[in-house]
Order: sequence, then C-alpha cells, then structure tokens
Amino acid sequence: MLKGFKRLFAFPAALGLVHSSLAEEQGAERWGVNMRQGVTEVAQSTYDLHMLIFWICVAIGVLVFGVMFYSMWRHRKSRGYKAAQFHESTIVELVWTIIPTLILIGMAVPATKTLYDIYDTEEADIDIMVTGYQWKWKYDYLGSDVSFFSNLSTPRTQIDNRQPKSEHYLLEVDEPLVIPVNKKVRFLLTANDVIHSWWVPELAVKKDAIPGFINEAWARVDEPGIYRGQCAELCGKDHGFMPIVVKAVPEAEYNAWLSERAEAAAKMKALTEKTFTFDELFARGEQVYNRTCAACHQPNGQGVPGAFPAIAGSKIATGPLEGHLNIVIYGSKVNPAMQAFGQQLSEVDLAAVITYQRNAFGNDMGDTVQPVDILNFKNQQ
Amino acid sequence: MAHGPQSGFKRWLFTTNHKDIGSMYLWFSFAMFLLGGCMALVIRAELFEPGLQIVQPEFFNQMTTMHGLIMVFGAVMPAFVGLANWMIPMMIGAPDMALPRMNNWSFWILPFAFAMLFSTLFMEGGAPNFGWTFYAPLSTEYAPPSTTFFIFSIHIMGASSIMGAINIIATILNMRAPGMTLMKMPLFVWTWLITAYLLIAVMPVLAGVVTMMLMDIHFGTSFFNAAGGGDPVLFQHVFWFFGHPEVYIMILPAFGIVSTIIPTFARKPLFGYSSMVYATASIAFLSFIVWAHHMFTVGMPIAGELFFMYATMLIAVPTGVKVFNWVTTMFRGAMTFETPMLFAVAFVILFTIGGFSGLMLAIAPADFQYHDTYFVVAHFHYVLVPGAIFSITAGVYYWLPKWTGNMYNETMGKVHFWLAFIGLNLTFFPMHFVGLAGMPRRIPDYALQFADFNQISSIGAFLFGAAQIVFLFNVVRTVMGGKKATDEVWDNPQGLEWTVPSPAPYHTFSTPPAVR
Amino acid sequence: MGLSDNAKLATKLLALAAGMLVFAIFVMPPLYNAFCEITGLNGKTGGRYEAVPAAVDSDRTVTVQFVASNNENMPWHFKPGRVSIKVHPGEETNAVFLAYNPTDRDMVGQAIPSLVPFKAAEYFHKTECFCFNQQTLKAGESAELPLRFIVDPDLPRSVNTITLSYTLFDVTERVSAHFDNNNADPQREG
Repeated sequence: MLKGFKRLFAFPAALGLVHSSLAEEQGAERWGVNMRQGVTEVAQSTYDLHMLIFWICVAIGVLVFGVMFYSMWRHRKSRGYKAAQFHESTIVELVWTIIPTLILIGMAVPATKTLYDIYDTEEADIDIMVTGYQWKWKYDYLGSDVSFFSNLSTPRTQIDNRQPKSEHYLLEVDEPLVIPVNKKVRFLLTANDVIHSWWVPELAVKKDAIPGFINEAWARVDEPGIYRGQCAELCGKDHGFMPIVVKAVPEAEYNAWLSERAEAAAKMKALTEKTFTFDELFARGEQVYNRTCAACHQPNGQGVPGAFPAIAGSKIATGPLEGHLNIVIYGSKVNPAMQAFGQQLSEVDLAAVITYQRNAFGNDMGDTVQPVDILNFKNQQ
Repeated sequence: MAHGPQSGFKRWLFTTNHKDIGSMYLWFSFAMFLLGGCMALVIRAELFEPGLQIVQPEFFNQMTTMHGLIMVFGAVMPAFVGLANWMIPMMIGAPDMALPRMNNWSFWILPFAFAMLFSTLFMEGGAPNFGWTFYAPLSTEYAPPSTTFFIFSIHIMGASSIMGAINIIATILNMRAPGMTLMKMPLFVWTWLITAYLLIAVMPVLAGVVTMMLMDIHFGTSFFNAAGGGDPVLFQHVFWFFGHPEVYIMILPAFGIVSTIIPTFARKPLFGYSSMVYATASIAFLSFIVWAHHMFTVGMPIAGELFFMYATMLIAVPTGVKVFNWVTTMFRGAMTFETPMLFAVAFVILFTIGGFSGLMLAIAPADFQYHDTYFVVAHFHYVLVPGAIFSITAGVYYWLPKWTGNMYNETMGKVHFWLAFIGLNLTFFPMHFVGLAGMPRRIPDYALQFADFNQISSIGAFLFGAAQIVFLFNVVRTVMGGKKATDEVWDNPQGLEWTVPSPAPYHTFSTPPAVR
Repeated sequence: MGLSDNAKLATKLLALAAGMLVFAIFVMPPLYNAFCEITGLNGKTGGRYEAVPAAVDSDRTVTVQFVASNNENMPWHFKPGRVSIKVHPGEETNAVFLAYNPTDRDMVGQAIPSLVPFKAAEYFHKTECFCFNQQTLKAGESAELPLRFIVDPDLPRSVNTITLSYTLFDVTERVSAHFDNNNADPQREG
C-alpha cells in the first residue's frame, strides 16, 4: 500500500522525463487541448467546422454570462438594489427564439456541406477491408493477397509499470496499415465478433465496424506520416488496447511495400513446408503467445480464475494433441471468449504457439508440432 | 385521518404518507449517489496515471457500467421522484399522492432491484461489463452470466418508475386544490407532469429492449443477432429511442427546481412562465425524434444523418429560451446568494456550457471526431452533474427547512457549494481537452499525452467526493436540530408549500387551501 | 376527484405503458427492417427480386465488388469466385462464392448480405442468392454457392462501384437447437 503511494507521487517526475525525450509527433503533444487539424481535406473542413461552432458558442456564452455576471454584481440586495417586477414580454420571447434559429441555420449550412463531402461515393484507388476482432484489427488489401493482423505492440511490462513507458505507449502496433498519399483509399469496415469502431483522428475517419454488416469510409491523405488512433466503441476487456497505426507513404514506396508483402506471404507458405527444431518453435511460440494469448491466459499461463482458464496444467494443453489443436484452431464451443485462431495465425505461428503451450509453464509434454501437422489437421478434419 | 406516523420500522415499511415516502426516496438516492460515486472514484483512481495500477480492465469495465446504471437509475431518478413526492402534493394543495399504496410499492421494490444489480459484482464472471448503454452483441452473446440478473433488475426499476409516474400524473391531474388551474401550477409541477409522461412512454421501451436481450440470450430468438436475421444496430435504435427521452427525464424536473429557486432569491417573478411551460413541452416532444444522434458513426444514409442533425440542433431553441428566461429573471432583481441560489446559479452557467458542447456534438460531421471520446463524457457530465445533481442539491437546501423545521448551517452549505463547484470543474473541464485531443471513453489506460489532464480530473473527482461528506453532515445536523426555521423560511417565496408550518405537519391540506 | 377517477386514470396510463412495451418488442423491429429496406440502412438488400424485363444500359458500366468474411468461430473457407465483375445496369449477371467445410462435422452456415454504398442498396436486385437459405455442408464438402443479380438502370449516376459483402455465420447449433425443441431431427447431435 505504502509503496503504491510512493509510486503515485514519484510518477509525475518520471513522466516528465519520458516526455522531455519525446520527438514530437504531429499533434500528439502534451497538454493538447484541441482537435487536431488532420491531414485530409475532410479532416481540415471538419476542424474548421468545429472551430466555427466553438467560436459561435463562445460569443453566445460571453453575451449570456456577461449579462448574468453584470446583474449578479450590480443587482444585489446587499447593494440596496430594489427588484424590478417586470415579466412576460412576447416580443422579447420572439426575439430570443428567432435569432437562435437563424444562428442555427447559419451552422447547418457548412455542416451539411461537409457531410456531403464525407459521403462522396466517387471511385476509390485502393480498397482496404478493415475487420475488428476482440482485440485487434485485420487489414485485407482487396485485389491482392496481402492480409494481416495488427496487434498492440506495447509490452505487457510497460502496462504493468514494470518498465518505463515508451514514447507511443498504447498507440503502437506490430504491423501498421500502410497507405499511399494523394490516393483515395476506401475502408470497408466490418467486425468478427462485437461492434468496434475504427478511428484515426488525423484522417477524420470514425466508423463503426458491425458484425455481419459492412460500412464504408474513405480518406485521401495529403502528407506522408504516421497517424495513430484507437478503437472507439467499447468492445470488451481490451477495448483500450487495440490501437490503429496508419503509415502514409509516397506511392512508389507503397507499391514496393505491397509487392514485398505479397512475396513475404508466398514465403510464409514455403515456411509451412519446413521442419523446425524444438527450440525454434518454442522461441517463436513464446512471442506468439505473448502477442496473442497472454491478454487472457496471462503471461505466466495462470489465466484469470472464473474468466479465463489457465494454460499451466490445463487438461487441454497436457492432454491429447488433437484436442489442443482443435480448440486453438476452431475456438471453444462453450466459451465464446476463446476464439478460433485457425484463420488469424499462420500455420507456422500456430505450430509454434501450441508447441510453446505444451512445454512452457511446467507443462512438460516434450512433443513438438510442425506447421505441416497443422495443415494436415486442418485438411483432414 | 388525524393520526400521526406509526413508530419504528413499520412506519417506514407500511407508510403511504407522501412525506415519508419522499424522504425514503431521497435517502435511498443519496446512498446510491455515494455508492455510484465510490465506483467513479475507483475509475478516477485507476486513471490517475497511465498504466494499470489498481484494477484490471475487466473490473474497470464493470465499474464504468455500474457507475452509469447506479447514477442514472439509482441516484438521479429516485431523487427527483423523492422531491416530487414531498413537494407536488404540497405545491398543488393536495392531502397526499393520488395512489398512496402504489406509492409505497414503487419505492419498496427499488432496494430489491439495486440489491440484485449490486450482487452481480460478486457473481462468477463478474458484473455487467458492457457499459450502461449495453450494446448488443457485447451484452448478449458475449456477456457475463450475471446479465440475466441485470435484466431483471432493470425490469424492476422500470416498473417502479412507471408506477411512480402514473401516481404523479394522477396526483397532478386529479388532486389539485380548487382554483389551481394547470397554468397556475408551479413550474416544478409542470416539468414533472411532462417528465412523468415521458417516463410512461419510454420506460416500457427500455423494458422491451432488455426483454429482447433476454430472449436472445436464453430463448434462441435473434432480434440483435445477424446470423438469425436480426441486427445489432436495431438494439441501438430501440435503446436510444428510450435513451434520449431518458436524458430529458433527468433534466426537466431540474428546470422546474431552478425556475422555482431563482425568482425567490432574485425577489422577482419568473420572466416568462408560459414560455417556460411551452419550452419544456417542446423539448419533450423533440426528445422523441433525435435519438439517432447518439449513433452518427453507426453508418446511416445521408438523409438520416441530416434529419437527426437538424432535429437535434432545434433543441437548442427551447433550451435557449429557458436559459434566457433565467438570466432575465435575475436581471434587475435584488439578489442574495444563499446556498440554494448558489447551486441554482451554478446550474445555469454549467448547464449552459454542457448545452454548448451538446450543440457541437449535434453537428454530425464534427461528431465523427467527438463521438465516443472524453468530449462526450465531459458533455454529459456537464449536463448531469451541475444539471441534475446541483438542482437536486439546490432543492434539498431550499426545502430542507420546510421539511425539518430547522435551518441548515449556511457556512457549511457554502463550503459544500464551493468544494463541489471547484471539484466538478476540475474533474470534467479537462475531459473536454483530452477528448478533443483524441482520448476514447471507457478505456482503463491511456497514451502518455493525456496524462496531465487525467491527473487533474482525478484530483477534482476526489474533491467533489469530499464535498458530499460535508453535504451529508450538514443535512444530518439539520434533521437533528438547529436554528428554528420560520414558516416562510425565505424572503417572500411563492407557492403553497410556504403557507404550512415548518416543519410541515405529517398531514397537510386535509382541507383544500384557497388558491388566489 | 374520488378514488375511482384516480383508478381510471391509472388504468389508462398503465395501458399506455403496456402499449409502449408491445410497440418496442413487436412493432419496432419490423418497422426498423422495413425502414432498412427502403433506405438501404446497413446495406440490407432485401429478398428475392422477380426479374422484370428492363432495357440494358450498355453505355454504362458498374463495378460490382465481392467480399466475404467469416464471423467468429466459423471455420469454413469462404471466398468469392471472382473479386469483382463489371456489369451493365439492367443485365442479369451470375456470380459464385466458394465454400469449403474443412471440419469433421456436418455444419450449417448462413450468409448475411450487406452492401455499400447504402444508397445503392435499393437498386441492387438479387434474383437468386444462396443467402436466401441456410447452407449445409457435410464434413470436408465444398460447394459453389450461386448468386444472380441485376443492377437497376435507375442506379444514381454518382455510384460507380457497388461492394457486396457476405458474412458467413455458423448456425449449426441454432438449427439443431431448433430441431431439438421440435423433436424434428432426433439424429442430429446438439
């Protein structure tokens, strides 16, 4: 308890240190008080709209509060002020109904215009399917084989305060979404389980990802850069831990990246054929486990009693291989929290993580699972 | 008729007296306010600094959910019903509520509802963790088993509210003293009459939406499940069809209280009584056609976005009429600033700020940036805390001398006010900033650039919490004794409640008063 | 102002409350669905369309893009036969989706369509679609699921691309639970 208090007070100082070393990224400054202007035309007009409405509100506020404070200062009984008894005036009532209505119409015009811009359905240059999962994003570049998951990459140790927090704490991912600048990129959004919401402030895109249905949004980014966002709709336990990172790059760089990714996908296929040693599998499995499984089953494999079963000593992880493969690949029939990872992880990663689970945390099963075993299991089923 | 209260526990269990029931509602809601407040403090303590310190994300989500549910259904709504019970019969010259036995039931089922809701915290899988808006499918297919108990407790709360609303309507329409025409009723009575109709219209919709959840979870229907031909977005439409009128249920009676208090301390009649009545009615009407502004990012055809944007912006007009009326009532009055007036004035200022952020949120394209961020959290806390909570507090200070016959301690009241006022602004004003800077709501941990303002918010929250202890102490002291209050208490206040002695006798207006 | 007045009023108000409950459960969902079909809300595309002979607008080309996704725990392999097709409005076009059940159990799937942009939904007519029915695939079985559609020539000029998405849900348990309740299919395991 005492130790906790000490940390509580020591923290602001530590935070200052972390901050001073920040290479400032666009907009993400400390003590930020306003919406970021963004890097798309729509984001800019949204920002302008926001500021317009804000200043109108400030003007009305100054007027209303001005009158109020004036009378609170002048019209006090303690100053001997005698109360007037006037009340009811149709003209005054009409004035303060009509003028606000006119102001509102003045606000509605630019708002409607911006909304029409956002709903533009002109053909896009690139279509990317964005799928929300508990608790990560999947990006499919339509028309190519490139498809990957994007997970939070902030290590657990930073979240648990066992390590200083890095610059982009909670706003960093293993695989960012890469898009070219000056191209209209259309996002098709859906979700695999519950409702998520894909939000990148600098792109002024926030759209719900709803299981079973698709939504669309688009952005044409003006400047290269890294833009960070987060899931905006409560989607369960790790809602706060599924960030979005968008990397906007020049077109040539984008094309190079895309073909490189397509090649890597082909290579991954080849890896599937390879036979790995136990150590290789175990080491890779540990990484996969910490990225994918540890959020629920915990880094020490102990799970969370009542919510997420332990891997250590689990009947499945120390039982027949078939059952273990089945639950990891196809998910649990009884507990929807245990998802089907068969499509989410590559064969190599599945083999590695299952090998890891069967041999870590004191589960000394001694067996290894090869990628080809996974493939066979999937196909024979 | 002439007998006084029974003694002991039975008095409270079997009472049909509107004053007893009103007191029980008020004490119950204060207890819930403290409970929900403690949950808010857990949330703020966790958010004091980045990283996970005090609670884990599962429990954090249970706290946000329970905080919202308890504050909305346990603190604000019962407090207004309590004030209605105490004041409406006395304001319209009625001997009691129209349906006194139903009145007893509608109170006594509440503790059971909340005991059931609270017990989910100790169930396997934990309490509901899907936010007070409980969007499907997070609240159906992916919900903890305790959700069934949550649904039943919502049913009971709904039944209680509907019974309370029926009682209030029947009292107002049937029990007014001769000469008390509708357009002579105090504004608190008017706003409550409209609120009661809203309650009857939308509480069954809430009951309906949780019933559909129940059937989806246990009986294989697919109202909200796409696999069976349903649609999770339908949930949001039904929920907000209830939810938007619900937020006005929590603010209309507040308008009534403030419209009662400001004229008293400005020593000047309310500027536009009838326009206040019409403004309240138009706000109530508009509340039924704006619900989808909570869902601008869900994906709607542009016509839908435009309709809901325009309709929502329109609400600014009657709300503006109200604010202008209060300010004009103060203008050239002879004001004094006793505790109820301080809270009422703070209400006008801070509610207006909440109104401004509401207007900003109404602008659909800008809402795409604000939606589900701390900007929204700041907005609704600015309308609910200074709106509902401050007006209830103002009402309690205003009428406490009439209820107890004793004056509260003015100094302590002022200390309470300033602590609460500073605490509230420290807590919620920085939330505008972090929201605009990009912090989503309902997250247990956040990026480093939000750290400073979150720390300020957390400090403010504890200050606001401390202020409530002063309030409790002051009220308890006043109930126990203190300087005797006069029958009029204040300087020439308007209303029948000031024509009866202080403390108000157990039975008032057994014979109807003459209304001028 | 006797008790009977109060009782009468209370009964009326209670009836109002009951009416609102019925409204919420029995009226709002169908109303919402009707509303969706009219406005294309959520990209719902409506049921079977009876083909009416219409002039093919061969001057205009519209890209119809197909995407397929699986809901959680749906192990089938599911993808469109072709990623996109260029069609002329008014012309009836065939497309297929490929599905393969890699598991060792017989399963039932239900595909849920959704279409963007929403404003195109009412102009996209399906004369035949695998989504009208549940699809049963035996263990290891694969199938070509057919779709036949017409893009209405009245499609607004601003729409050049229509994206049609199918999400495949595993409804095996729902179906068997249903049968268990009716005792209609005793062989099927729950």
